[in-house]
Amino acid sequence: MQSEIDFLLRLAQVDSSELTTEEERKKNLLQRKHLQKALVMVNSSTSGMVAGAGETMEAIRQYVAERSIDIELTETGSIGLSSEEPVVSVQLPGRTRIFFSKVRAERVASILDDLFHQVVPGDGVIGQQRLDGLEGWADVPFLDEIPFFALQNRMVMGACGIIDPFSLGEYISKGGYSAFLKTIRSYTFSEVCKLVEESGLRGRSGGGFPTGLKWKAAFQTPSDQKYLVCNAEESDPGAFMDRNLMEGNPFQLLEGISIAAYAIGSNRAYIYIRSEYKDAIRRIDHAIKELRAFGLLGDNILDSGYNLQISLRKGPGAFVCGEETALIASLEGKRGMPSSKPPYPSSSGYLGRPTVVNNVETLSTLPAIVRNGPEWFRGIGTEGCPGTKIFSVSGRVAMAGLVEVPMGTTFDTIVNDILGGARKGRELKALHVGGPTGCMVPVDLMNVPVTFESLKEKELVMGSGGVLVMDDKTCVVNTVRYFMEYVDKQSCGKCIPCREGTRRMAEILGSITRKPDDEEGHTTLERFKGVMQLESLAEVMKDTSLCGLGQNAPNPVMSTLKYFRDEYEEHIFNRKCPSNSCTELRSWFIDVDMCTGCSICAKRCPSDAIIGTSRHPYFIVQEKCIGCGICYEVCKFSAVYYK
Amino acid sequence: MEKHASRIEEILHRFPQIKRNALIPLLQAFQDEFGYISEEAVARIGSHLSLPTSKVYGLATFYNQFTFTPRGMYHVVLCNGSSCHMAGAGELLSEICKLLDINDGETTRDGHFSLEVQSCIGACGQSPVMSVNDTYYSGIGVKEVREIIKQYREDAE
Repeated sequence: MQSEIDFLLRLAQVDSSELTTEEERKKNLLQRKHLQKALVMVNSSTSGMVAGAGETMEAIRQYVAERSIDIELTETGSIGLSSEEPVVSVQLPGRTRIFFSKVRAERVASILDDLFHQVVPGDGVIGQQRLDGLEGWADVPFLDEIPFFALQNRMVMGACGIIDPFSLGEYISKGGYSAFLKTIRSYTFSEVCKLVEESGLRGRSGGGFPTGLKWKAAFQTPSDQKYLVCNAEESDPGAFMDRNLMEGNPFQLLEGISIAAYAIGSNRAYIYIRSEYKDAIRRIDHAIKELRAFGLLGDNILDSGYNLQISLRKGPGAFVCGEETALIASLEGKRGMPSSKPPYPSSSGYLGRPTVVNNVETLSTLPAIVRNGPEWFRGIGTEGCPGTKIFSVSGRVAMAGLVEVPMGTTFDTIVNDILGGARKGRELKALHVGGPTGCMVPVDLMNVPVTFESLKEKELVMGSGGVLVMDDKTCVVNTVRYFMEYVDKQSCGKCIPCREGTRRMAEILGSITRKPDDEEGHTTLERFKGVMQLESLAEVMKDTSLCGLGQNAPNPVMSTLKYFRDEYEEHIFNRKCPSNSCTELRSWFIDVDMCTGCSICAKRCPSDAIIGTSRHPYFIVQEKCIGCGICYEVCKFSAVYYK
Repeated sequence: MEKHASRIEEILHRFPQIKRNALIPLLQAFQDEFGYISEEAVARIGSHLSLPTSKVYGLATFYNQFTFTPRGMYHVVLCNGSSCHMAGAGELLSEICKLLDINDGETTRDGHFSLEVQSCIGACGQSPVMSVNDTYYSGIGVKEVREIIKQYREDAE
């Protein structure tokens, strides 16, 4: 054990030219350049497990047991192709690694049969990894030649799905922990702050505040104890980049946390992680234990005199805890309510001590910056926004997944070139960027370069980087209503504009996405009043809410009123949903040819809107129909349809 | 009942001499152990930490993770994240509510099923996603949901 620890620490510190032949051989084994037996890696992270990776692994175990083949079966993270899961990669000794998509249990035997006979299976091949000195597979594209990978710069996410997240050895053999060792051996606290400030790194969770400045403020505040908190409370629906970084490469995050904690002179760090992320918790927990065993965490790390403890705290689930002051309140064992700034957490945060809260993606970027220097980092992305950003794209897109691109890339490149645009036969309508408090980006604005400034100029936000793709079959108003209902539920209730405003907005949006009970009197008046006041309500919320949640909550409404006003008008005046997504606004009809006259729909209709005589086709009276869809559900002859 | 009380003491025993900032991990231990937080537990945690019961209850109700009714034999989790919502999770939810005759966060009277709606489990590539006792079902429609629930109902009986 001790010799292994010494070897790994030596790997992290010396140049590869100084290694002996024996050490070089051991390094190659760790890097999986040389294999003693065939290697099969299965993405067992959440996205893989949901698609059935558990059964796939079981099938692989059974396959090799039946044929008594000796292989190494390893879990890994996701390479980012979420809609192609479960992704399995296979590497035979001496050959490059080859990736397969949608490997469910039943496909395992045929794929492995082919590969063990040195044949490339016919379908479901994603590509092969480019590895120097290993024999490639004929007629299989290299990963870096496929548009999905070729247009990305996977600086932070690159190792996810490639390395074993449970192996510290593999992480170190591929250059890991050299940055942290360089930090504690050659830099003082303020030098690290300065280095990161020079690199121009900005927080990746939406605000875009320069990380180096945040650190400096905390470093310069005198205190007996300082804290670093990693914000892993990723509760934006549709954002999963942080989860993937934690599941795919936990050591990179922990190295980043160690560097950040050192920079502000703190020896206590917390990871505040969503309790739903069970797999990420398992992997990080394992990684922390491993680092302690290797002496890279704990007291007097490698005789440098620097102590660091990292502990996991499970967030009990509240969207508002993504806000740093609310997160700190939650860590203190209070209700997760934000407090007004100043005082900023960097002067008075957790337990009143200087605290820096950084996001998972920001912290995961640090090892590369320290390793390669600030000038290298500034060469990526744009001048004001260096580096890369990970976007998690989902919804009505040809391929859903995680995409890491340099800042300044356009949404057009991300969605159309990398992910293949809308699904077959559909047309792109808009992108919803930044989760529930984000903005709707119409197709004409998709060529705006993605940086904090250029989006702000167009009154858009980046948020945490969740992108929801909408096509012509999705309704803008319905989606905005969904987000508003979500924010309404998640509002902490401390300040009135947010608590009341989100509730009223959800009510107004609800009233225009369903049919009214009657067209007369008070309800209609109230409905119109609400619609008229939607805009002014949005402005009041923006101006007067306490924290980012309330200030940004009207974003979806404001951006859609600006770019998709016609769709609102269609809902309000004609009571029609142009894309037929608002179920309660659908008009129902009975197909005369299909209807057998069984009368079940007429009996079940709650508003007596269906008339007719038995054994003859029935008819729906549109004026009476409330659009509940019960007739559609009960019809055994599929005679009921909507348009 | 006595058994419940003794198990409460057992958990509290694992957290000796704690302060306010350990309240959430403590509640999480109860949630994990019992699947819900009982009235007795809230009161006992309050006295253990010298906090008013109202404070403990106020905190627990703020967060989504804590529930106050026991879970069913089969715990159904439906993801209603933006991607799942777009893929029809709303319709699945109303179907499940109708089939089981319960709402989000409730348990059926026979104790067989409980329902929880999560904001996003992060498997947006496979939406809509549902899980029953940690078995995942992805890319499902209303029809599949009916069959899945029917299967579990038969198993329960």
